[in-house]
Amino acid sequence: MIVAKPKPIGEIIDMIKDLNKVLVAGCNGCVAVCEAGGLKEVEVLASALRMHFMQEGKRMEIDEVSLTRQCDKEYFQPIDDQIDKYDAVVSLACGAGIQYMAENFGEKVIFPGVDTCFIGVTLEQGVWSERCQACGQCVLATTGGICPIARCSKRMLNGPCGGSEDGKCEISIVLGRDVPCGWHLIYERLKKMGQLDRFAHPSEDKDWIASRDGGPREITREDVRP
Amino acid sequence: MTTTPSKLEKIIKSGQYAVTSECGPPRNGNPEGIAKKAELIKDHVDAINVTDNQTAVVRQCSLASCIRLKLMGLEPVLQMVTRDRNRIALQSDILGATAFGISNVLCLTGDHQRFGDHPSAVNVFDYDSTKLIQTVKMMRDDGRLQGGFEMHEHRPNMFIGAAENPFADPFEIRALRLAKKVEAGAQFIQTQCIYNMDKFKAWMKEVRALGLHEKVAILAGLTPMKNVGMAKYMKNRVPGMDVPDSVVKRLQGVPKDKQASEGIKMLIEQIEELKQEEGVRGFHIMAIEWEEKVPEIVEAAGLYPRPSVN
Repeated sequence: MIVAKPKPIGEIIDMIKDLNKVLVAGCNGCVAVCEAGGLKEVEVLASALRMHFMQEGKRMEIDEVSLTRQCDKEYFQPIDDQIDKYDAVVSLACGAGIQYMAENFGEKVIFPGVDTCFIGVTLEQGVWSERCQACGQCVLATTGGICPIARCSKRMLNGPCGGSEDGKCEISIVLGRDVPCGWHLIYERLKKMGQLDRFAHPSEDKDWIASRDGGPREITREDVRP
Repeated sequence: MTTTPSKLEKIIKSGQYAVTSECGPPRNGNPEGIAKKAELIKDHVDAINVTDNQTAVVRQCSLASCIRLKLMGLEPVLQMVTRDRNRIALQSDILGATAFGISNVLCLTGDHQRFGDHPSAVNVFDYDSTKLIQTVKMMRDDGRLQGGFEMHEHRPNMFIGAAENPFADPFEIRALRLAKKVEAGAQFIQTQCIYNMDKFKAWMKEVRALGLHEKVAILAGLTPMKNVGMAKYMKNRVPGMDVPDSVVKRLQGVPKDKQASEGIKMLIEQIEELKQEEGVRGFHIMAIEWEEKVPEIVEAAGLYPRPSVN
């Protein structure tokens, strides 16, 4: 899923403090799963904002809505005829959802309510971890199912580097938390799988065209077009 | 047979021990910074590495500093990390180095920028060290750039080096990783600073078992300890550094004003011990901000005078 984290409330207050009527719009996709922008988080944020502005003695109307998704046009339909009532929307969708809302609602001011962070997994309740950088050309078949692009701090294709210690990445020292060395994981898994020969030679060249480096990406698939 | 005009290569191929050292450029535009350090060591080493924004701290650029050394008639080793430059910039710098007759390159991935003075910087890592080695070799041997362009003249003629850290984990792949760098085209290796001699020897055993010692010249990396504080810092704060307790204890066992000379003594003993290790073809002495000690070390280790080659 796309993992996001709620923006500090002070940042959101700053964005909307001069307005009078704001819609907090959640998304029931990825951000709901990672507890940053679903129905529950919309309620919590809207209540906190109401309370804040009430204490400040400022008139502020905060409404709530939670959309099925914000990355598909049809799911904006429930707010199509209400959007004009609001000075702005605080969207709790991922960066894609926030932008798609802006694209769909003309000049309406849309604020981000979350920081979109990465494509990842839930390790345990309240802990998410990055697994994919959407490089557009998956190498997992050759690396034991563990991604060197996402999980090596230097995205090395011929790791591990000289900073790998006790299975930890060198940046663990500066981060103050243990970051597993991606290449240590790859090596151990290849060994278990009996595929250490994959480790024996320098890797193939990486073509970054399929990644962000090739420019903003778009996929057109004739097989599924109407 | 030598492959390049590199003096370092000639000395290694002659079968004599090579001695290299390194200088870090200043954190300003002082034109004399690197020259002064080089003056201190130039008669006692065969080649001088110039570090490339080491530990991700901004310094005068490695290429400019190498050009300065070259203009002084010295033999620089251009260190290049892939952290800050993509394949376009890396190849461009190799061509620039070629234009100034620089003929040694050390291909590195580089410390992560979070260690340095600009932790919020973007990192590049378009290539890693292994890929950079392959690239320099392709430019030299095939006369081609990665993009396919063919150079009909003035190909880079570099003696290609890399680093290896026998002390990083997992230990059992460290010789295999060296094998990959050798397959990519590495001709000499400068190792991480050696303090754990047993582990280094265990690594060399694996290197020999793979026959790598015959394909690549291994220069043992050594850094003299100035005091106990430095030993503890290296042990606890420098990634991939293996400083055994015995080293810390030995320094603790002498009075503070004698610790520096004890550190030098320890290093000279190491050189003597490493001379017995088959496959060690020279020594890379990294006297960090302590370049003035290099001549003393080289002389005491019986490595002076340095050979002259044509």
